[in-house]
Amino acid sequence: MADDLILLNLWSSPFGMRVRIALAEKGLDYELIEEDLSNKSPLLLKMNPVRKQIPVLIHKGRPICESLIIVQYIDEVWRHKSPLLPSDPYARAKSRFWADYVDKNIYAIGKLVWGATGEIQEAAKKELIEWFKVLEGEVGDKPYFGGDSFGIVDVALIPFYSWFYAVETCGNFSIVAECPKLVSWAKRCMERESVSKSLPDQYKMYCFLLELKTKFQAQ
Amino acid sequence: MGEVKLLGTWPSPFSYRVIWALKLKGIPYEYIEQDLSNKSPLLLQSNPVHKKIPVLIHGGNPIAESVIILQYIEDKWPQNPLLPSDPYEKAVARFWVKFADEKGLSIWKVLRFSGEEQEKGLKESLEMLEVIEEHAPGLGQKKFFGGDKIGMVDLALGQLAHWMGAIEEVTGVQIMEAGKFPRLETWMKNFKEDPVIKENLPEFKDMLAVVKHRRETLLASK
Repeated sequence: MADDLILLNLWSSPFGMRVRIALAEKGLDYELIEEDLSNKSPLLLKMNPVRKQIPVLIHKGRPICESLIIVQYIDEVWRHKSPLLPSDPYARAKSRFWADYVDKNIYAIGKLVWGATGEIQEAAKKELIEWFKVLEGEVGDKPYFGGDSFGIVDVALIPFYSWFYAVETCGNFSIVAECPKLVSWAKRCMERESVSKSLPDQYKMYCFLLELKTKFQAQ
Repeated sequence: MGEVKLLGTWPSPFSYRVIWALKLKGIPYEYIEQDLSNKSPLLLQSNPVHKKIPVLIHGGNPIAESVIILQYIEDKWPQNPLLPSDPYEKAVARFWVKFADEKGLSIWKVLRFSGEEQEKGLKESLEMLEVIEEHAPGLGQKKFFGGDKIGMVDLALGQLAHWMGAIEEVTGVQIMEAGKFPRLETWMKNFKEDPVIKENLPEFKDMLAVVKHRRETLLASK
């Protein structure tokens, strides 16, 4: 393998999608290994003994863990093509802030919108719309969060676009009605091959998440 | 380059992370103590999203979230580096900074709760200490997580070296039993003896009073 890269992944993981997008943006070849999280491989447990989670990028035999840390690593090693972080320290800090914002809020709340029911789901839905509106306010009319260039905040958030159908159907609301600019931003990202090839079809994701929801409820 | 201001509260370990970074790099700054029960217009303007401290304001530009501030300081002032220059080593350091940032919150659960919730906080804290003792690179071999000099991982874990002791004393709960985490214990001693850190730690008995008061208020409100 030319670049000596292996990615331990799960097709449905938004965190794995982030890494795939970054690798594609840089035009890198890699071996993709799909993990079964109910039966974690010895390789995964060896490469990420602390968290035992995907994604893990293995470069020349050495593991890098945590999706946004992996994205920054990829950006630093293959700096010459499609930079994902600006070079100005203050602009970098702003990018990190918003990527961190996405990391702290969207996954946990989104999960409750497609995964929970009743009051919990309603409260989560309200919160998710709030967070989306803040993000929409931040991107505004710019092509991407960082301005003209596709960057780490876009990479951090766009995988959750694959959840939109599930979240709208389960939560019974329309994201485009609530946050039209956010949807415009998402569609613009989807025009990039790196993104469209890394995100699963929204309906396939919906069916998968429904299965998970049934499993959670059974427990 | 523009003046540097730090909005913080005493004795927040998150404020101290930033103070330590600025001191280690020899960056002059103005510290402005905040009253979180009556947030200043400056704080609300500088961190409208989270409305929390610490916030660093450099030449009028605000940066929020302690770990993000540390990375900004590192990018802007490269002297006395807090992160390795090699991208792989840097990624490993960032992993542990994230781990410290997320898991470190467990020790505060021991302070904030009693009964079952406190038990849960204690269990999580112990798990965190065990993982660090067993897996953190360099621990036991080098003086600090950063190697021979203090780095970002040391700063992120700093609250274990000083604040955890106050939590243990106030609650009577022993989070870190003596002798059980020898490498961490050595690190804690090295960290607190570093001249810059030593000169920039809140006075233990004063901090104890604040922590005690905090626990009493929290428990009374339930």
